[in-house]
Amino acid sequence: MADEIIRLTGIHKSFAGVRALQDVSLTLERGKIHCLVGENGCGKSTLIKIIAGVYQRDSGSVQINGKEYEQLHPIDSIREGIQVIYQDFSLFPNLTVAENIALNEQLAEGRRFVNWKHVRHVAEDAIAQIEVQMPLDARVEDMSVANKQLIAIAKAMRQNAQLIIMDEPTSALTEREIRVLFTVIHKLQQRGIAFLFVSHKLNEVLEISEAIIVMRNGRVVSTGLANEYNTTRLVYEMTGQSIAEKSYEFTPDLSQPALLRVENLTVPGALYNVSFEMRRGEIVGVTGLLGSGRTELALALFGMLPITAGQIEIDETPVKIRSVQDAIAHGIGYVPEDRLTEGLFLEQSIGRNVVVRTIDKLRGAFGLTDPARVKQQVDEWVTSLRIKTSDPDLPVKTLSGGNQQRVVVAKWLASNPRLMILNGPTMGVDIGSKNEIHELIKRLAGEGMGLLVISDDIPELLQTCNRILLMRNGSIVQEILPGETNENELAAKLIED
Amino acid sequence: MQQTAQRNSFMNRLMGESQTLRLFIITLLIFVGFSLVLGDRFLSIRNLQSMAVQFPEFGILAFAIMITMLTGGIDLSIVGTANLSAIAAALVLTRLSGEGGAGLPLEATIPLAMLAALTVASLCGLFNGFLVSKVGITPILATLGTGSLYTGLSYVITGGPAITTTQLAFIGNGSIAGVPIPVIVFIVLALVFAVILNRTTLGFNIYMLGTNTRAALFSGINDVKVLVRTYWLAGLVAGIAGIIFLARANSAKPDYGATFILLTVLIAILGGVRYTGGFGTISGLVLSVLSIQFLSTGLNMLMLQLSGSSAAIFFRQFAWGALLLLVMVVNYYVEQRRQRVT
Repeated sequence: MADEIIRLTGIHKSFAGVRALQDVSLTLERGKIHCLVGENGCGKSTLIKIIAGVYQRDSGSVQINGKEYEQLHPIDSIREGIQVIYQDFSLFPNLTVAENIALNEQLAEGRRFVNWKHVRHVAEDAIAQIEVQMPLDARVEDMSVANKQLIAIAKAMRQNAQLIIMDEPTSALTEREIRVLFTVIHKLQQRGIAFLFVSHKLNEVLEISEAIIVMRNGRVVSTGLANEYNTTRLVYEMTGQSIAEKSYEFTPDLSQPALLRVENLTVPGALYNVSFEMRRGEIVGVTGLLGSGRTELALALFGMLPITAGQIEIDETPVKIRSVQDAIAHGIGYVPEDRLTEGLFLEQSIGRNVVVRTIDKLRGAFGLTDPARVKQQVDEWVTSLRIKTSDPDLPVKTLSGGNQQRVVVAKWLASNPRLMILNGPTMGVDIGSKNEIHELIKRLAGEGMGLLVISDDIPELLQTCNRILLMRNGSIVQEILPGETNENELAAKLIED
Repeated sequence: MQQTAQRNSFMNRLMGESQTLRLFIITLLIFVGFSLVLGDRFLSIRNLQSMAVQFPEFGILAFAIMITMLTGGIDLSIVGTANLSAIAAALVLTRLSGEGGAGLPLEATIPLAMLAALTVASLCGLFNGFLVSKVGITPILATLGTGSLYTGLSYVITGGPAITTTQLAFIGNGSIAGVPIPVIVFIVLALVFAVILNRTTLGFNIYMLGTNTRAALFSGINDVKVLVRTYWLAGLVAGIAGIIFLARANSAKPDYGATFILLTVLIAILGGVRYTGGFGTISGLVLSVLSIQFLSTGLNMLMLQLSGSSAAIFFRQFAWGALLLLVMVVNYYVEQRRQRVT
């Protein structure tokens, strides 16, 4: 009993008549790493917010450290040592690392003046506690995602965290950064800190967690020790169905002209002498650590980085790509890495997001936009990509991650590209949608499109690509055929120096 | 229980999605309110006519500021542009015909004068667009600068005093089928802008660019092209407003309508144009123009009645500032409420 931090019993929660949580019971134990998995919309976020005191439950009981809470407010939750690290980390980008770690408690102590010596001291102490190295005077906005996460953990530890809840902790990290994170977590675990991860990346879930909680449609459908699960069982529990993906086998016909040929492409500071070619129907994977040049390659091909040397040929014709407009004119589409800020107009309607590329072609009388044609095109894509919505006039932000990604894909498909570059196509997308996006990629390739898939999700690359290009320090260092490697080997290659 | 549900849905409708309906109700309430309090003095043919010739001046400028606000920017130079255009038109009118002029017939001079005004206005707008899109200066600073520049230019040209000409009075005081010409210009512009915003690629791109500049870039929207055209249109509309200034006041001067900037920003915000860009409708703007005119006239009459002095006119400036802040604060809470619901 004593080692329980949280015991929830029979929690119910509804929003405007929609049941978000039904009869949820679970316990979280001191010094243990728990993982909460489930598809988007299964109630994970609601559950976390109830534990954090952000939402009030409709019924059920919440016990924290043995104490029953009739009403749990965020401040109670923090006092009991519960710290939630959201995906955005809630840090101040314009402040330094030290300030971010220490200012909170300076404020909490009601100090009117900042004692800089004290701030520094606190920050040094906090960073030392999690046993990592960090430049304390650097601004947080200049730090990598991985370091921001460590700062958030250090900050949580300074506030006497007993339970650290992390939302999708590994989704924006490279393999090596994940290792660092896991080391830090194991160290803290030995000191009795409990963790609750909320994650989509099943392999990592299985690797680090000890206890697993699976949710589906607002209920806890399965709990147990991690060693009782494997990926197949997790997928089954999460979706209620078995999903098996087939790999993509395709042998390009070398007698056909190349769709894209890149020769000695150079972007100073990012890419050096990158050469490769691809044919219609190919799905070429590009992988590497953050900073390896994988995103820069996409941006250069899409006209967003200045190319200083090298040549790009499309359909055997040399082309100059100096702007996004040039890239589009040559039939290149790009599904960006950051869906929320780069891919979508979140507050605009689903329909407007779909037709943004083609609106100029949907004109009728007097050269004016024809609303009927717009509606027709929107309906067509909503149906054919199975975008789940009650009304395409709703803002695109009302959709789940997987459906949002389909909107970004629809936007490009509507304009008929020859070559699609997809950067992290299934990042933050639930298993069911992920599978459907993979099937879509394969289908498009089957129809003769060329697809360049940039990802560090190794199973994804192995399942969808017929070739994988490995990048390191701005260059392509190896070409790998999925049939000739496996997950562990590829993961090892990724982090090799 | 059912009553609460009903009230909730009524409140939601008033507060939530249908912003135009909410504005319509507000406008109506203001109108009916003043009619009840002030009686015949407000609700008379004479007063209605008097209001009808007042609102097009700032109403037309409101279209200009709105279209720039939709892109997430703003054009603070519109009044400067309008006055400079009016001065250009007045110069052409006085130099080419009228007393001491070159003696050209008025029929020829008037189109030339308008052409001069619109050319100047276009150049002003294009320059703003160039600064904002190509040079990348924050719109509020760029247009604050050019606004001062255009006003300064007006002083240099006129040397300070107004250029008087009554040759456009037929526009300022004239009416067609009982509708004052400035009102007709306002209505035509409202229709033109409704078409531009809802039925053209430019309008579509303006909304998208204003919602998310980065996503617009990644979607292949040419931001330079959209911004240059937007600021050019804003300038052009300011030029039309300048012609109306000249026609109504029978003179062009550098410092006419200095309060219109704040007023048009207020109208846009009240009309539901989001100052961060991406959202706002012409119907909202038109309703907002009307309610501001009702408020302006009504408050004036009310203050005059209460204080008995014409110092009441200064109260208006205070009222506009207060109203702008109030609307922003209300919008903030409505937005918060909406986010909690979703």
